Amino acid sequence: MHIDDAILPLRIRGLSYRPNGRAVLAGLELELGIEGITLVLGANGSGKTMLLRAICGLIEPSAGRIEWGPAGEGGRPRAGVMMLFQHPMMLRSSVLDNVALGLRPLGVPAPERRRRAMAMLERIGLADRAGDSARQLSGGEQQRLALARAWLTGPRLLLLDEPTASLDPSATAEVERIVREIRTDGTRIVMVTHNLGQATRLGDDVIFMAAGRVCEHTPVQRFFSRPQSEEARLFIQGELPWHMRF
Amino acid sequence: MSAFAATFTDAVSLLVTFDHRVAEIVGLSLRVSGAAVVLGALIGLPLGACLAVARFPGKSVLTVLVNGLMGLPSVVVGVVVYLFLSRSGPLGEFGLLYTPPAMVVAQTLLVVPLMAAIARQVVDDAWQRYEEELRMLRFSWWRSVTTLLHDCRHSLLVALLAGLGRAMSEVGAVMIVGGNIDRATRVMTTAIALETSKGDLALAIALGIVLIFLILALNALAFGLRHWAIRRFG
Amino acid sequence: MAHALLNRLRVFTAAMLVAAAPAAGAAESIVLASTTSTEQSGLFGHILPVFEKATGITVKVVALGTGQALDVGRRGDADALLVHDRVAEDAFVAEGYGRYRRDVMYNDFVVIGPGADPAAVKGASDTPDAFGRIAGKAATFISRADKSGTHAAELRFWKAAGVEPVGQDWYKEAGAGMGPTLNMAAGVDAYTLSDRGTWANFKNRQSLAIVYEGDPKLFNPYGVILVNPDKHPHVKKAAAEQFIDWITSDAGREAIASYKLGGEQLFYPTPR
Repeated sequence: MHIDDAILPLRIRGLSYRPNGRAVLAGLELELGIEGITLVLGANGSGKTMLLRAICGLIEPSAGRIEWGPAGEGGRPRAGVMMLFQHPMMLRSSVLDNVALGLRPLGVPAPERRRRAMAMLERIGLADRAGDSARQLSGGEQQRLALARAWLTGPRLLLLDEPTASLDPSATAEVERIVREIRTDGTRIVMVTHNLGQATRLGDDVIFMAAGRVCEHTPVQRFFSRPQSEEARLFIQGELPWHMRF
Repeated sequence: MSAFAATFTDAVSLLVTFDHRVAEIVGLSLRVSGAAVVLGALIGLPLGACLAVARFPGKSVLTVLVNGLMGLPSVVVGVVVYLFLSRSGPLGEFGLLYTPPAMVVAQTLLVVPLMAAIARQVVDDAWQRYEEELRMLRFSWWRSVTTLLHDCRHSLLVALLAGLGRAMSEVGAVMIVGGNIDRATRVMTTAIALETSKGDLALAIALGIVLIFLILALNALAFGLRHWAIRRFG
Repeated sequence: MAHALLNRLRVFTAAMLVAAAPAAGAAESIVLASTTSTEQSGLFGHILPVFEKATGITVKVVALGTGQALDVGRRGDADALLVHDRVAEDAFVAEGYGRYRRDVMYNDFVVIGPGADPAAVKGASDTPDAFGRIAGKAATFISRADKSGTHAAELRFWKAAGVEPVGQDWYKEAGAGMGPTLNMAAGVDAYTLSDRGTWANFKNRQSLAIVYEGDPKLFNPYGVILVNPDKHPHVKKAAAEQFIDWITSDAGREAIASYKLGGEQLFYPTPR
């Protein structure tokens, strides 16, 4: 299904981002394997969202590099990386049109776009809302729509920025079900969350960030049972002091 | 009764006896300004959206220029178009001077900067919100322009209305390039100017009332349409 | 594909331009550049339908000051001119912009002023005397100051009166057509010079009245000129000449003479 399989594994070496001199990412090191769901945890301002933005090329790092695929090629991210934002774009048109949107730059003809988008809506359980205005969906439904739109473009690596923030438990469960399905479909997922329960339910491994660095990158179970850094231990207990957050 | 009140009373009684000559003038006004707004929208809206979305050298200069041209006096546009369309001008061979198409050309030039400036503002707001997501979806800048224009279509009604208001109410440009020829290029504003210069203030005000009524009606229509769209599309 | 789109745009633009034009038949028409005084007096509304009925030719009148009308003719934007400034008309033909000029009609100028006539213009012996009285009392005078035929005539009268009005406090240069100038005069109770036709058709008079008239010096002749087809080949020579022949013919003279406003004849065909 994926044309360009060669973007994973992905290595990040010494990545720094210092807009106006303030270090948002500070010499970050990270390696992402070829499959699974990685959850990114950390306090507000620890650099989680910036990490995702750096990976998909929306910010220009001040130093360091990202190496793609087994050959470790540098440079800008290529096709196959997709990021989902916390407040996804909802155009003033139907649910179906909003999902089909992502296929337009790929040169898929309109009837085919609609057919594939409709099939996608069936998978995420929004088929009966296909003709409704996207802006009238609930928050959970809008997140599912955005996931469907991203999924439809067939990404190899999907970056999710707090897709379940401010969702109720059942909407959260629905989003998690879709995320799992996308992973099963063969897409590598990196997802920022504040929900520790979600990490245990969904994650294969956890990245814990503090002050623009990766403090820990371990399998989920180990992160919660035996956190290796003091920051992570305090974070899990909900007691990370202010001075250690940035 | 004061002379002032009498003028208005006469104006209203003239409206009651609305004859077909007035209807002809109103019809030409609507046709000329309507065509100018359609053409102006075809040029101005994409231009404004491009100014919001595209990156190119001289973009801020062009933005300032477009915003500045909004205040261009219609007489200046009229004179420039006159010089171009005059038989001695570069486009003289088409023989457009003193015809409705010449008026459409002048009014189009008049409304393009206005519509472009409004479109730039509206589309820029949407672009600020959606830029990264559209880039993620690998939308080219031109596809982003068309997508955002479509997404902002209800807000852009304001641009159409502003253009129509400016076109229908301007007198300087159509007077010069149209010539205010009876039964050929006489529109509401030039007719008002003529009646005023004949000292027939009642007829001038009667036409003015028609003009205001038309513009109000179009605004009400657009307001209703926008209201419906917000309910429908959010 | 881009080409096809461009083509469609071009067709659409043309369609919009055409849509704006009234659905007139292919009837022949000429553009006549003339003066605001003739247009606003209502003369054209009276005589042109007669001509149109006789020949099927529509005359589109663009009403400007005489100076502007001559400019329009010079640029080739009209087929014929009907104006009133003999000196400028002869120069126009001499410079080759006009093929020929013919006398058509005349009306006369009238001096307009406040009914109370503070400068006692009513008792003037002739036109220069009337203008001298206005200057002598420094009574407000509104000038067209728009290079029109009326403006040219006014300047001749000041010269004859030995007055240099430009720059004086009481002398206001409007830079406007006859109607707006009369509106200004009505607004500030000033004197001005008007052609009789515009005055007769002017409704917003307030306290204004004719304070001086009848002097042969106030004679105001109109001429018709064919724009030279050698200079501007697109000039509709045949149709324009048909109009010129008609307006100077018995039928045209009769139409001019029969135009009356409030029972008063405004224009007189030039005696043969």
